Amino acid sequence: MTVARFYVPADAGALAVGADAVAGALAAAASARGVAIELVRTGSRGLYWLEPMVELATPAGRVAFGPVTAADAASVLDAALGQPGASPLFLGATEAIAYLARQTRLTFARCGIVDPLSLEQYRAAGGYRGLERALTLGPAATVEEVVASGLRGRGGAGFPTGIKWRTVAAAPGDRKYIVCNADEGDSGTFADRMLMEGDPFVLIEGMTIAAFAVGATKGYIYTRSEYPHAIATMRRAITIARAACCLGPDALGAGRGFELEVRVGAGAYVCGEETAMLESIEGKRGIVRAKPPLPAHKGLFGQPTVINNLVSLASVPIILADGATQYRDLGMGRSRGTMPIQLAGNLRYPGLFEAAFGLTLGDLVEDIGGGTRSGRKLRAVQVGGPLGAYFPPALFDTPFDYEAFTAADGLIGHGGVVGFDDSVDMARQARFAMEFCAIESCGKCTPCRIGSTRGAEVIDRIIAGRNVAANIALVEDLCATMKFGSLCALGGFTPYPVLSAIRHFPEDFTRMSEAAAAE
Amino acid sequence: MIDSVEWRPDRAAEIIAGHAGTEGAALPILHDLQAEFGHVPAEAVPLLAEALNLSRADIHGVVSFYHDFRDHPPGRHLLHLCRAEACQSVGGDALAEHARARLGAGWGQTSTDGALTLEPIFCLGLCACAPAAMLDGQVIGRLDQARLDAIIDEARAR
Repeated sequence: MTVARFYVPADAGALAVGADAVAGALAAAASARGVAIELVRTGSRGLYWLEPMVELATPAGRVAFGPVTAADAASVLDAALGQPGASPLFLGATEAIAYLARQTRLTFARCGIVDPLSLEQYRAAGGYRGLERALTLGPAATVEEVVASGLRGRGGAGFPTGIKWRTVAAAPGDRKYIVCNADEGDSGTFADRMLMEGDPFVLIEGMTIAAFAVGATKGYIYTRSEYPHAIATMRRAITIARAACCLGPDALGAGRGFELEVRVGAGAYVCGEETAMLESIEGKRGIVRAKPPLPAHKGLFGQPTVINNLVSLASVPIILADGATQYRDLGMGRSRGTMPIQLAGNLRYPGLFEAAFGLTLGDLVEDIGGGTRSGRKLRAVQVGGPLGAYFPPALFDTPFDYEAFTAADGLIGHGGVVGFDDSVDMARQARFAMEFCAIESCGKCTPCRIGSTRGAEVIDRIIAGRNVAANIALVEDLCATMKFGSLCALGGFTPYPVLSAIRHFPEDFTRMSEAAAAE
Repeated sequence: MIDSVEWRPDRAAEIIAGHAGTEGAALPILHDLQAEFGHVPAEAVPLLAEALNLSRADIHGVVSFYHDFRDHPPGRHLLHLCRAEACQSVGGDALAEHARARLGAGWGQTSTDGALTLEPIFCLGLCACAPAAMLDGQVIGRLDQARLDAIIDEARAR
């Protein structure tokens, strides 16, 4: 008879810090003691500083231990079989851990709790209620429900998801496609990865609802080769869903079918741009297309295509299940609902924090994130990936909201927040932004292709202390060209990190020239 | 260990045929070819062009566009080190310098003993347990210099 049930994450972030070894050590310790335990592999709760975090089922709910190493496994098992609280790694009831208790988990409601590949557990935890309601409402009312929820693109562009669906639903086409943008290339982001590994069926359900709403028959999940675990889990989930007729020729009932396929990119950041992604799925170089035509009119293989971020699509089931109003009532201004914010880099408590829009950046990095991991002063925070601005502490009162970040010359992007302590050299970070753009540029437009290389060279001259004032003016001018002359966000947004570094951390750009002047 | 086999045109043809009916099959085929042979040999390009009814130039354009596809086999082991901002914020650059110095190899190069190929990677999504790396497909978080040295020593021994 099983005497205890343990939950150990199989999320890549937990595996990277030894979760498999912990699971193995727990099983070995149990067999050495002659007791039978059940080990359930889940996704991650997103409290990464506590990973590997082991949970134990108790009559009063789950309790947690962490961070657990393989060497701790035997003592954790002993405590679990006797007095859990006796373990020095005991964290108490999981749901009561402040970091989790303060969140509003809608999109990530099941992540870290269920066995990701159990369709039974998915349904038991509220899965497929959204699709059921959509099928009752009908396609047009489903689209209007998403419009009414106020859901906007969680990839960063912030375009209203429902409006996109309305356009595709109205567009004539032989066949229509749903494309999920899971090409999560921004440093500091891991929400897509966590969800694909921890609750893949919610994405399948969200895409199925989208297909029903707009009349699509085929969907693609385009994700990254850097995410092997997410790819494997997602593909297995699709196979399971198909066997259960949740995908396939009768997925939507009444003989209406929907098929889903995972497509894997090949290390090109620019393929996260929607039109480059479509080219890549078509088997071509990931070169950005000029718009119009919009993908909603002429997208994948020239057909009307919904292309949404993974988090947008995965938020649809809960919106349909509980109604647009509940979702819309959360948030601030025109940013409605919740956003899974990812705290990363040099922060003491890095992890996933899903909350309604409106928390300030300072709340996120100082209070929730706990300041720096290194214990030094928090000096800069980059929000929104390699194309996002660097914020100084003076701007920590900026609320997490699409418009507020735009007003502060930044962007929320996909919700990645990366902390840097006072050892950071912001001139080098600005140079890196240009270098990254040069490496990843698709090459179609000149401001991005050439501007990024020239930008890195000019910043090198600034770092070397040569004609600093004139070269800073040159970089600013170049940034204006890139911002207004580039075809897509890669060249167009690279100026954000560069200009914010110059504006908020000018001392890092003039250090060498002052040193030279002093000699 | 990188598990790959010598180039065999008949095996490549089998892989390509396995994707018949796939829409926009180029990337799935290239991934499978690289998984089998450890790289995408130049000999594969005309086979792909023929199967997809495209020019060899088109296929070469696709292969060369994507950072993942190698035109020569890697060393016995493949180490991806993350170079992106979240890893930079916790000492990723210093680790990268250390790896390059110890291996005597730059980005995309293999140590002279053939043990290890060092590849840059821009984000493994392990940003909450940075610095991050991937060795032969195994993810590694909270990397430090001692662990990196151990990885390099082990790779050389195996």
